[in-house]
Amino acid sequence: MAENRRLQDKRNTHPWLRGVLAALPIMLGYLPVGFAYGVLAQKAGLSTLNTLLMSIIVFAGSAQLIAVGLVANGIAPLTIILTTFIVNLRHLLFSAAIFPHLTNWRKKDLAVFAYELTDETFALHSTRFELDQVEKSEAFAINIVSHITWILGSWLGVVAGQLVVDVEPLALDYVLPAMFIGLLVMQIKSRTQVWVALLAGVASVAFHLLGFNQLHVILATIIGATFGAWIDGWTRI
Amino acid sequence: MDENLVLLTIIGMAVVTYLPRLIPLLALSGKTLPAAVVAWLRHVPPAVLAAMLLPAILIKDGELALGLDNLFFWAAIPTFAAAILSKSLFIPVIVGMLVVIIGRLFGG
Repeated sequence: MAENRRLQDKRNTHPWLRGVLAALPIMLGYLPVGFAYGVLAQKAGLSTLNTLLMSIIVFAGSAQLIAVGLVANGIAPLTIILTTFIVNLRHLLFSAAIFPHLTNWRKKDLAVFAYELTDETFALHSTRFELDQVEKSEAFAINIVSHITWILGSWLGVVAGQLVVDVEPLALDYVLPAMFIGLLVMQIKSRTQVWVALLAGVASVAFHLLGFNQLHVILATIIGATFGAWIDGWTRI
Repeated sequence: MDENLVLLTIIGMAVVTYLPRLIPLLALSGKTLPAAVVAWLRHVPPAVLAAMLLPAILIKDGELALGLDNLFFWAAIPTFAAAILSKSLFIPVIVGMLVVIIGRLFGG
């Protein structure tokens, strides 16, 4: 039933519309986080142009929030760039993990796609590629509308920076955690993967608490995935 | 900080963010990965999702928070249930938001 409906939906809707619909949770989550970034960037003394430029050419939520905090504290540019590099190293894993789904893409397309590969777009893409055939235009639509929403949120933060807008009563700050829960459940297809997720999650919390709160995601992911691969190899024998 | 220096900083940030996103995709393009690597990479999405999620719901102000006042943690339980039962993305998002809204209304 669900399968039939999905096939029917596929025939009836344009790939761009499907992409936009799929990206809705990301858009809903990016608005308040982008807004917070815009407000903080204003407070740190960044010009409107530089604030928006960072959202356009960097497009990495947590790194941008950390960077404006460092600018506000007068930290040296090289330190800010190095911190950004460390915080964003996890994208190496995203890029490698998404590759098996994109083997027939041209290099030019891959280069454009990589530009908008964030935590959230990666999480959504890796789940959708796994479950179904996804058209290239649909994948690009997800990236582009997510990016536009991020820039829009940043801009709203800049213009409304002085007003106090409270997003807490709307629980918009829970959209991305809830989306990760939904995607995690969709990703888990075997008992091994339940253990992989638990191990990676606990390791990530532990690394974070131990003070590795820039590298906790990448370290925990390597531990979790290695454990999963080891179990796979072990149970096959 | 001087705006031109900020501009250079942003350009540097863009480069060090884009390269890790780009290099694996380009380096692997046209190549066939060994089966062991593909098997390892298959575990990356669930591992990375859990690694991003758990600190977001279990750590508050730099400390492990399992108390009643950590709404994000408690809201995760019905959100997980909604995700497992519905097998969709929107229903857990709606359920999670509603629980947090209600929790904030009544939790003060």
